[in-house]
Amino acid sequence: MSADDASIEANDNFDDLPPEPEVLPLDAWHRARGARMVEFAGYWMPVQYEGIIAEHLWTREHAGLFDVSHMGQLVVSGEGAAEALEALLPGDVSALKPGRQRYSLLLDENGGILDDLMVTNRGDHYYLVVNGATKWDDIAHLREHLPDEITLNLLDEHGLLALQGPDAAAALGALGLRPAFEGMPPVTDLRFMQAAAYYWSEVPLGVSRSGYTGEDGYEISVRGEDIAALADALCAQPHVKPIGLGARDSLRLDAGLPLYGHDLSPETGPVSACLGFAISKRRRAEGGFLGAEAVLAALANGTATTRVGLALEGRQAAREGALVFAEDQEVGRVTSGGFSPSLNHPIAMAYVATAHAAEGTALTIDVRGKRLPARVVHMPFVPHRYFR
Amino acid sequence: MTTYYTKDHEWIAVEGDTGTVGITDYAQGQLGDITFVELPEVGSAVKQGDAPCVVDSVKAASDVYAPVSGEVSDVNEALGDAPELVNTEAESGGWLFRVTLADAGQLGGLMDRAAYDEYVKGL
Repeated sequence: MSADDASIEANDNFDDLPPEPEVLPLDAWHRARGARMVEFAGYWMPVQYEGIIAEHLWTREHAGLFDVSHMGQLVVSGEGAAEALEALLPGDVSALKPGRQRYSLLLDENGGILDDLMVTNRGDHYYLVVNGATKWDDIAHLREHLPDEITLNLLDEHGLLALQGPDAAAALGALGLRPAFEGMPPVTDLRFMQAAAYYWSEVPLGVSRSGYTGEDGYEISVRGEDIAALADALCAQPHVKPIGLGARDSLRLDAGLPLYGHDLSPETGPVSACLGFAISKRRRAEGGFLGAEAVLAALANGTATTRVGLALEGRQAAREGALVFAEDQEVGRVTSGGFSPSLNHPIAMAYVATAHAAEGTALTIDVRGKRLPARVVHMPFVPHRYFR
Repeated sequence: MTTYYTKDHEWIAVEGDTGTVGITDYAQGQLGDITFVELPEVGSAVKQGDAPCVVDSVKAASDVYAPVSGEVSDVNEALGDAPELVNTEAESGGWLFRVTLADAGQLGGLMDRAAYDEYVKGL
């Protein structure tokens, strides 16, 4: 028996990972709770506790606590930081109000995607959360392109927790967080993509109402020395359980959310990836970001391929790399795929020739020589339940 | 009936010239939730080391190797509706396929339970 693991361990395309996985602040906490640890993005990370299906469904029904401390937390500061970031991101950073967060992309000069990220206006600086496997390359790219007077810091003393699911607000609300500044809303009143600073007793927390599961919930930046106590306090709340990376992957897949290194890469752009919402109206009109020429041309003329959602019949899943066919013609490739515990059937994301990307199009996917019937469907596969 | 084990975590329970093949409890624990099993065709010939069967978990598809050569005589149809049997009863009701042994001598190269347990302990 041998595992051909597409979704969890495919980070071999990053050549500056340290040879030995690094240990994150919650490592012992996960092991004490029975997590199975795997190497991911250069770190030991919990892939599962009781089982991916149970953890997935628990998060959709209650609340799951995810350790995402491998992700890069960056601070960009200095006069003109918004304009400096706008030279690299297609988002409207200068229109982002304090306490607001937005999804954006780092693009190369060809409009290819170097990473996807969250950017938050924290008042006196911008706070970026980037993918773990790409953070060192991102830092190099940012440092290369940002003017010298703009400061870039990696918050490597901080961990990051994501609390996700319909019971997340009740759980975090029960911890009695105090807003760090007068006039800030209580944590339960934050809206989707809103962020603020809080104190949990004396522990400073950076909290945003966001996540990558399609559920309501929070992402909480906390110092490494305090993260175990916070994780304990959250898991002591009713209906909160620690959840591994395996369920994080199945949750984001059925929420239709692309994963960098799989569904997004330098060979894909914001338009083919269906992330046009991340290019604001003003930026479309003005351009002025790295890769703008290619991205604006793609907006005007369309792209050869498009990211789509595929629903499969039966129970057999198609995995990353599986080829997609229309009749006998190869028209695309699966970039993420698996069995959706929420829907009880397999789903996939694929890039297919745009002529075959319309909802309802019948296609087949080659899985070990067998052609599995699939249909282009609307994403998200499972509706988002953000608190707006 | 004698049961033998492979380093790839298959078991084969042999009675006469028929072997019943499955994956071990250790293997199912490593794979996690099984969502689909692709079974071989009854009547097909398998060679020792071939992968006539694939088990799909939520996160990955894994080959199951034939512990011996022979002809597939039966498959576990119950797995079509209940692939999770491979999780809950890996070494009994979650069996995968039966094979008519071509060469019983191949069993000599496999492990007994004690040797397999020792092997797993070392992983």
